[in-house]
Amino acid sequence: MPNSQSEVLQGTLDLLVLKTLDSMGPMHGFGMAMRIQQVSLDLLQLNQGTLYPALLRLEQRGWIASKWGVSENNRRAKYYSLTRAGRKQLEEEAESWGRMSAMINRVLRAS
Amino acid sequence: MREFFRTHLQRMATLFRRRRLEDDLDEELRSHLEMAIELNLRKGMSAEGARREALRSFGGVEQTKENYRDQRGLPMIETTLQDLRFGLRMLRRSPGFSLLAILCLTLGIGANAAVYSWVEGILFRPYPLVSHQEQLLALTGTARGESGPTSISWPDLLDLERSSTLIDSFIVNKIMGTTLSVGDRAERMTGSIVSANYFDAIGVHPILGRGFESGEDVGRNAHPVTVISYQLWKGKYKGDPQIVGKTERLNGVIHTIVGVEPEGFYGTFVGWAMQFWVPASMEEIFEAGGYKLEDRGARWIEAYVRLKPGATQAQAQEEISAAAKRLEVEYPETDRGCGMQLWPLWQTPFNNAGTLLPTLEIMIVVVVFVLLIACANVGNLLLVRSFARRHEMTVRLAIGAGRGRLLKQLFTEGVILSAIGAGAGLLVAHWCRHALVLLFPARGGVAMHLPGEMDWRVLALSAGVCVIATLLLGLVPAMQTGKIDLAGALKSDSAGVMGGGGKAWVRSGLVVVQVSLSFVLLVGAGLLLQSLQRIRNTSPGFSTRGVMVTAVDLVSAGYDVQRVQNFQDELLDRVKALPGVESAAFARMTPLSYGSFSSTPIAVDRYQPMPEEQPTVQYNEVGPDYFRTMGIPLVSGREFTRADDEKAALVAVVNETMAAHYWRDRNPIGERLQVKGRWMQVVGVAKDSKYQSVREAPMPFFYVSRRQNFSRGGDLHIRTPLSPETMATVLGREVHALDPDLALYEVITLQEQVDRSTSPQQVAVTLVGVLGGLALLLAAIGLYGVMSYAVSQSARELGLRMALGAGASNLLRLVMKRGLALTAGGVALGAAVALGLTRLLGNLLYNVSPRDPLAFGSAFLVMTIAALAACFLPAWRATRTDPVQALRE
Repeated sequence: MPNSQSEVLQGTLDLLVLKTLDSMGPMHGFGMAMRIQQVSLDLLQLNQGTLYPALLRLEQRGWIASKWGVSENNRRAKYYSLTRAGRKQLEEEAESWGRMSAMINRVLRAS
Repeated sequence: MREFFRTHLQRMATLFRRRRLEDDLDEELRSHLEMAIELNLRKGMSAEGARREALRSFGGVEQTKENYRDQRGLPMIETTLQDLRFGLRMLRRSPGFSLLAILCLTLGIGANAAVYSWVEGILFRPYPLVSHQEQLLALTGTARGESGPTSISWPDLLDLERSSTLIDSFIVNKIMGTTLSVGDRAERMTGSIVSANYFDAIGVHPILGRGFESGEDVGRNAHPVTVISYQLWKGKYKGDPQIVGKTERLNGVIHTIVGVEPEGFYGTFVGWAMQFWVPASMEEIFEAGGYKLEDRGARWIEAYVRLKPGATQAQAQEEISAAAKRLEVEYPETDRGCGMQLWPLWQTPFNNAGTLLPTLEIMIVVVVFVLLIACANVGNLLLVRSFARRHEMTVRLAIGAGRGRLLKQLFTEGVILSAIGAGAGLLVAHWCRHALVLLFPARGGVAMHLPGEMDWRVLALSAGVCVIATLLLGLVPAMQTGKIDLAGALKSDSAGVMGGGGKAWVRSGLVVVQVSLSFVLLVGAGLLLQSLQRIRNTSPGFSTRGVMVTAVDLVSAGYDVQRVQNFQDELLDRVKALPGVESAAFARMTPLSYGSFSSTPIAVDRYQPMPEEQPTVQYNEVGPDYFRTMGIPLVSGREFTRADDEKAALVAVVNETMAAHYWRDRNPIGERLQVKGRWMQVVGVAKDSKYQSVREAPMPFFYVSRRQNFSRGGDLHIRTPLSPETMATVLGREVHALDPDLALYEVITLQEQVDRSTSPQQVAVTLVGVLGGLALLLAAIGLYGVMSYAVSQSARELGLRMALGAGASNLLRLVMKRGLALTAGGVALGAAVALGLTRLLGNLLYNVSPRDPLAFGSAFLVMTIAALAACFLPAWRATRTDPVQALRE
């Protein structure tokens, strides 16, 4: 792994995007950025720009789909929604994330 | 895995809709920023603050776009496309450079591809439609005491065939000809006498009718059937679908047409396209010398063999040699000293593959030289441009481009150049693929057939050449960029090229290489030219001026022996009575013509052959007055007269070499000579002359009286000061007066005959000369380029010298000296290389040493003149330097 930190971040960002779309339904990029910041209580300070390559990557894998729509303020925006494959991926990743964090917790507590 | 493909497929797809995707991305990001600004405004920020805050939390719009693009497409391909676009733009921006570079490469690659296509079409895959040519080998006989290969007799071949286990099939193929009327013209047609297995063994199947059936090559004149070529079918027979079963008179015998071969099949003889085939049983009709299928001593067959899969040439040769040994023991009278030899197809000695092989070998070396010179030229051009682009490169390095990325860019430009050059070169080669035949005169009235072959192997080889060219081209500027250092490049580069310092050595080195390579080619061309002159100036031993040769085809007109004899006697009387004709004579063969003389085992009284020796000598059947007409002097005795006819005692004339070999110090006149079991008396000794080739060594040869050994063919030789054209008209009239249905062959002088026989040398001289001239031109352009550039770069130095009092002549001398120093270096190197390489010309040289001083001297002279011309313009320009302006800049 040349850059392990970005790998972790990338995986985390993917999971956050999938989860956000799962709970909020179709959203545009700006909305997602806002929502992620809000939910993470501003703890996760992400450059909003990094969201777009991530969205493209998820779309290329077929986990999310996009189409142009109109925002609440009558502005053209690209809306992303979770696909069936994406939902399955979210479940898998959430589960593995849960297992991973439980394990880390156990390790941390044991010492 | 599916995901991987899906992702990459999508990425690949982006390559084709970049524009829309870019617009999409722009709009998405813009709408994101606008939403953020709107939100910030609602929070109460100022317009400027809202914008700044939105951009800050977004974090680098361009960077995001770049990341997005990387994720979207395939970066490798994208940058390559980018490089290609950029490269094309750069080439368009300097059209002079691009055109010159592409022209050089076109010539270099085109010359290579054309020669490869000849090598492929003439030597390696000479027979279109014939299956598995790599399994075919040529088969000839050998005879002790004879340097060249010999033919094979039919019974020997059958015995070989019976005893062989490694050879799948023996294929007999003997070229011959006939005359057919096509429309109202009488046309000479080439055909083959073949074994009955011929078409099956080569895997070519007729499109109409059948090939030959086994057994059709047995029995004297038993199977008058013929298979015709597609061209003959389309031409003479107008594509008649009912052609099979119809008949045609061939050499006076009615043959039934049993099949038509497919289009594109020209038989199996390099040099001529075959128009018809007859089975070996019809041999007597088409070959001089009578019925030979049961005569073990009559060697006339040229053959191919097809190896069984897995068998090698060496194994088959061993087996055949063993069989030949057994034949020697079993039939000592005919086969003593005779062997058999296999040859790879490209060395086939009995057709034009053998004639052209040395020329083509040389051509391969020559075109590689031309390619190297062309590459050196383009490399030099690129180098000049890389100096001019030093600023661009430095800027790109300064703003963070990796050296690797720069190299890739330069390399891409090299690829573009060589790809265009290769494309154009292949086009040139495609046009030239049949050009070789244009250099050969038609012989015996039949145009030669020497097609090139542009198959995948030629294309692959050319592609390889192109790749090598690209690497060479890419290498030069790459060496240069490797040396760019940022600080240094910003300072002006003051290396005076006049002084030879700095990086000039690369360019100078390339020029030296160019000059040396073209010097080698010039030496080669000089040697070949001189050798051709020596050949032309060699006396063939007979008069070449004032003697003409022609023939009348009586055989295909259906004349029998008696009518032929009467006709020829009458014609001879008429010709001799013509004003301006000094003498005339018939002979079976004209020396130096394509056909071969008959050879026969002989015996001589009191001559004891060596234990393994089978005395065999070639001979010609000539009429009265032959020696006088040909201008061959008689050393002693007399020539044939009308009295030496069927009823008189048999007589022969031998040449000096034969006299010296078989009679040593005795006088052969009055001695006896046994030919085919008949004793003849030697009545004359003739001076040696050339028989098969101007380049042959003196060999034993004898003449017999035509009246005592009559065969139907024959050429008419006429001694007259008239021109061939006049003679043709007059002769045509005489022939028509005797029989209006007869046609006269072309009338040529014996000089023409000699020239035609030296056409391979002529072709080699022409080709090497043309390419040598091309190489000289390229090298001169290279030298001119280097000197011009040097002058333009050292304007300041020149200006300074002028300001300090140097006159125009000083500057002229300075520049010329530098240019000539480069030339001298190139010539010295070239001379060293040439001394090592000209030996390769070996076989093509005749009486010329590969180190001939005249050839080296004239190459030196030509090179020096070219160099002076190439250097003069830059030197003259140097004297026009304006010192004030040069120093101010």
